Amino acid sequence: MKLNERSVAHYATCDSPADHAGFLRKRVERHHHHAHHHHATSYQRRWFVLKGNLLFYFEERESREPVGLVVLEGCTVELCEAAEEFAFAIRFDDAGARAYVLVADGQAAMEAWVKALSRASFDYMRLVVRELEKQLEEACKSLAACRKSPRRSSSSGRKRHLSNPALLPLQEKPPPPLPPRRRSAASSATGSPAPGLSPAMPESPVSPETACFSKLHSWYGQEIAALRREWQERQKRGHP
Amino acid sequence: MRYNERELLSLARQPAEKAAEILMRVPKKGSVLKKRLVKLVVNFLFYFRTDEAEPIGALLLEHCRITKEEENVFSISFIEEPERKYCFECDSEEQCQEWIEALKRASYEFMRRSLIFYRNEIQKMTGKDPLEQYGISEEARFQLGTRKQ
Repeated sequence: MKLNERSVAHYATCDSPADHAGFLRKRVERHHHHAHHHHATSYQRRWFVLKGNLLFYFEERESREPVGLVVLEGCTVELCEAAEEFAFAIRFDDAGARAYVLVADGQAAMEAWVKALSRASFDYMRLVVRELEKQLEEACKSLAACRKSPRRSSSSGRKRHLSNPALLPLQEKPPPPLPPRRRSAASSATGSPAPGLSPAMPESPVSPETACFSKLHSWYGQEIAALRREWQERQKRGHP
Repeated sequence: MRYNERELLSLARQPAEKAAEILMRVPKKGSVLKKRLVKLVVNFLFYFRTDEAEPIGALLLEHCRITKEEENVFSISFIEEPERKYCFECDSEEQCQEWIEALKRASYEFMRRSLIFYRNEIQKMTGKDPLEQYGISEEARFQLGTRKQ
């Protein structure tokens, strides 16, 4: 299968910031295992760069081209009971798929990598964006509601938030679970949406499917500009 | 550059955000429009011969430009090689616009910008950082103002 490799390599090395980067030792995978052949496991130190759902690795930090890429969509990241300390593995659902075993320099580095990689999928990012989109919509509605109701004077203006009790604080929802892994086509074909999310997002002015950024930004920008003015005026009144 | 082709092929079999049979031309000398099954899955665009299960190819949709060309036609090019265009001829202007909109939003980078935007707006309105509950508020990739677009 062809891939636009030149563009992919360019994305890897261009100056868009990486989500995570660092040295890791990568276990060398042997393709054949002879029952009676004892071979030592070996590792290669590589410079790894995470951008979005793509994990690139380079021979050296200064290398101009990656030697490899791991597309992370649908993977799981697990701590590894390898002989090595600070080892973790990237695995895929596919029965015959190999795992990528990686070794970090220390506990903190390992934890940072596992955390970053677990949340690297496009699916997860999309989940979070949709959640925030809903929260913004709710916050706007609360704002509109509280404008109509009589306002009590705020006692403490130190915190930058609306002290009006009519404004609902963000609901303390538990964080959504990581989305179910995309299963390989051999098992279930459709990934079920995470609980609490409707499968089809209704069209709304705030939905990225319908609005373009600049429209959205100015739409909310006006609300927020008005809100800020009101807040500032209250501050002036409250603090001589 | 090595890559996990097996996982990419598996991704190509996943339910698509969008799929259609579209005439496609690759940026190669002498290439002509050919009917392809074009399938958008996360930030990859896969293209298949219409009767085959395995894709001919995949395009990673990061740092790409989606351009409206003539009627019913749009193109995908990449910022480091803007003249090399993958051309797509749709059945209708409507289908063409739908694909342009879908592809513009199909990158991880676009979603990241959306997230930063929503986070910023929510924070301004409520004073609370909505990412705190996810335990990811400190991650560099979600910070405001530190990213070059």
